[in-house]
Amino acid sequence: MSTIEVTPAQAHPKELERRIVNDFSIQVATVNGSGSQTANTVLMRAIFQMGIPVSGKNLFPSNIAGLPTWFTIRTSKQGWIGRKKEIDFLVAMNPETAREDVMNLEGGAAVVYDEPLKLSELRPDLHFYPVPFDKLVAPVCPEAKLRKLVRNMIYDGVVAQLLGIEMEEVRKALVKQFGPRKAKAAELNWNAAQAGFDFAAKNLAKSDPFRVERMNATQGKIIIDGNSACALGCVFAGCAVVTWYPITPSSSMIEALVGYLKRLRIDKETGKATFAVVQAEDELAALGMAIGAGWAGARAMTATSGPGISLMAEFTGLGYYSEVPAVIFDVQRAGPSTGLPTRTMQGDILSTAVLSHGDTKHPLLLPSSPRECFTMASTAFDLAERFQTPVFVMTDLDLGMNNWMSDPFPYPSEPIRRGKVLSKEDLERLGGFARYKDVDGDGVGWRTLPGTDHPAAAYFCRGSGHNEKAQYSERPDDYVNNVDRLARKFESIRRAVPRPEVDLNDAASIGVICFGTSRYAVEESREQLRQEYGIETSYLRLRAFPFTEELGDFIDRHARIYVIEQNRDAQMLALMRMELEPEQIARLRSVRHYGGLPVDARSVTEEVIRQEEL
Amino acid sequence: MSTTVTPPKKINRAGLEIASYKGGKTTLCAGCGHNAVSERLVEVFFEMGVHPWRVAKFSGIGCSSKSPAYFLNLAHGFNAVHGRAPAVGTGAMLANRHLIGVTVTGDGDTASIGLGQFNHMLRRNVPMIYIIEDNGVYGLTKGQFSATADLGSTLKTGVVNDLPALDCCLLGIELGATLVARSFSGDKKQLVAILKAAIAHKGLSVIDVISPCVTFNDHEGSTKSYGYMKEHDEPLHEVDFVPAYEEISVDYEEGSVHEVTLHDGSRLVLKKLGRDYNPTNKLDAIRTIHEAAASGQVVTGILYLNTQAKNFIELLNMVDEPLATLAESRVRPSRQALDEIMEELR
Repeated sequence: MSTIEVTPAQAHPKELERRIVNDFSIQVATVNGSGSQTANTVLMRAIFQMGIPVSGKNLFPSNIAGLPTWFTIRTSKQGWIGRKKEIDFLVAMNPETAREDVMNLEGGAAVVYDEPLKLSELRPDLHFYPVPFDKLVAPVCPEAKLRKLVRNMIYDGVVAQLLGIEMEEVRKALVKQFGPRKAKAAELNWNAAQAGFDFAAKNLAKSDPFRVERMNATQGKIIIDGNSACALGCVFAGCAVVTWYPITPSSSMIEALVGYLKRLRIDKETGKATFAVVQAEDELAALGMAIGAGWAGARAMTATSGPGISLMAEFTGLGYYSEVPAVIFDVQRAGPSTGLPTRTMQGDILSTAVLSHGDTKHPLLLPSSPRECFTMASTAFDLAERFQTPVFVMTDLDLGMNNWMSDPFPYPSEPIRRGKVLSKEDLERLGGFARYKDVDGDGVGWRTLPGTDHPAAAYFCRGSGHNEKAQYSERPDDYVNNVDRLARKFESIRRAVPRPEVDLNDAASIGVICFGTSRYAVEESREQLRQEYGIETSYLRLRAFPFTEELGDFIDRHARIYVIEQNRDAQMLALMRMELEPEQIARLRSVRHYGGLPVDARSVTEEVIRQEEL
Repeated sequence: MSTTVTPPKKINRAGLEIASYKGGKTTLCAGCGHNAVSERLVEVFFEMGVHPWRVAKFSGIGCSSKSPAYFLNLAHGFNAVHGRAPAVGTGAMLANRHLIGVTVTGDGDTASIGLGQFNHMLRRNVPMIYIIEDNGVYGLTKGQFSATADLGSTLKTGVVNDLPALDCCLLGIELGATLVARSFSGDKKQLVAILKAAIAHKGLSVIDVISPCVTFNDHEGSTKSYGYMKEHDEPLHEVDFVPAYEEISVDYEEGSVHEVTLHDGSRLVLKKLGRDYNPTNKLDAIRTIHEAAASGQVVTGILYLNTQAKNFIELLNMVDEPLATLAESRVRPSRQALDEIMEELR
């Protein structure tokens, strides 16, 4: 081991004294398919278990194996869990990208790297830590074919030693990751981590300022990805029919859902399922089946992403016009067309709000966290059945596929409400009904389910023109009566959707509006604007479309309002233009971010400052 | 006490008159084959004594897809989008496995725009009756060829079809439907027997009914006209359906019939005509259809029957009650279950 040379950064001699604690980001650069996911999750969990706020983002290619992938872990004592642009601590495992990864770092950053890559020659202003991974892996992993996977666990040990991550927490995280059934694999990986730790302790002299220190800021919290949270939400919402077509980044939602359903929704006495899951032939069929099931009275959902949303346009129009409940989760990725399948975007907002031909509009729910993924799943089914229409839950790849620190999910406080459904007894009493008649003044008619044991139960559901009695009609008065009622129904929906989260600041003349995952960058940016520029802001986070009155009130109170969103064309702002008054629209400004990576606070701050001309 | 009173009108086992099975007034052309199919559906559901409100009707778009409005007004119906009735029907059957699903579509729906959905419904053997009112043309858009038009057949304008026909029965047999039949809207007796068998069958029944379009495809040169069918219809057998509730035993001459017992105990009696045809043999069925087509004949009857295969609902191992109306206690897990999962994620 005498050949190993530790090269402390020469340009920053004072950094040895400076300590940056619990406020930096680690990036691990590996090759897709090399099994680095486990090592990265363990690293993130170990920090989380030390009570330090942490977030993880996996930047991966649309590929099974071979292309580069980066995993970024951000620690933040202030609790900021949005993306941070700058990388402070790099683990360079991928020979293909190592040079570029190193060249992109800011001065003063640290680099753990695979020794043969000889990266230390590249720059004098970084802290380099060479590690002979191949030499270290051989003794701890006698089985050669497993070495590729186990190798990654070595960097967990090295990083733990350099940053001060407690090895006992690494061990706990490993055990959790592998579970009791794979104790042997956990042991193998633990030995590798230990080998990395021992190597670093013996051979690497710490020269960078980055450290973790135990805190108490993650007590009681859980770590979960948004797709799993949506899945759990569906299970507890009583969803019974799941029809889907695989597409990144939504597939893992259904995979999680199938797991939870099998665990929680098998009848104990009979061993039979209280659910049906069907992998459909395409997204058209996926939504078509959900609509068929919704029409027949089951809570039905599908999950997809942009290309699937485009295919679902036809059935969405049918669901809207024939008034059938369905819940569609759109885990948005970068479009248009195939776009960037593994990169995030809030890019389907405008097209989904008015999906399908003719006059259509649909409620969108806008979760920003795993907890909201869970609660809004129930909200979505409740709204869909109450208002007899397709409801979209707009998450994105960042939320859906990354692991997030979250408060535990609350058990649903309300009973499941199935909306206006007439039973056999109701029909007995009423003698009959008119399916599309607005008897209650809220634009929502009463429906019956097929199979209701009564001669007066039937009606004919159709996507063609119809009157109040669901009879075919081409009469202009019937048509207008019907679509005007649908517009009234949409106003009823407006009164029922989740209200925005608002933080009014009396000292602020500027308002910021965001939704979904953009909130993390925006919350942090507000702090930057306050501390660095003395700018106070008010804040509104949209949680649904159609917009509620809080939006107009918020805009009226501020001179300039920045709408932050992750797409090129300011889609949410375009929806606001459709609904707001001209003088309100005139106050709106747009901050957009659309490279495929999650928006970061610094980008928001810089753009607001630029537009403020400061 | 009087012993017998002759009812004024015929009442079926469900205690209903045939009026309870009627639909709305048809808006299709006079003489359209589809109207005959609707009439047969009224008859068979009445004669089988099915409560109409247990039936759910599905269709796509086109002349044929208007049909569900013309039978069983007391059944729920869903006129979906073009070619997508299989998805909607499948979803409804998942939600309520007790429904009797009847889909009526056309050759445009099934063999073109909805071919993907049709094929996958076949693979799943979704328990429902799927009727194709097959006339070889698009009627509502005024007479373009459909994908089931035979090679060399002509439109009224003289345009010749130079593409091979797609045979929905061959697809059905190949891909997993468990009752596959072809009939002719003009053959009342055969169609009634096949439809009854389909109601009794526990899997997917695909029934391709040659149903001439009197307006756009009933001319010389068409292979889907009344005239052509009268000359080329070649029944494979005489189809008799004996319902389980009728204790009729007829003695047939030995070897003169093929008899298959259906799931509900009813019997399908196939009396031999010219050939000895066993509809449970997949390869024979496929060969028979190809051979007939090569000689310009249209074989009709029960082409294929498999009473053994599990249907899609059985494969999913769902509870016996409809998923649609399960109580909250059965579909929302307990607070403790959520707490356990939260604990695991800490």
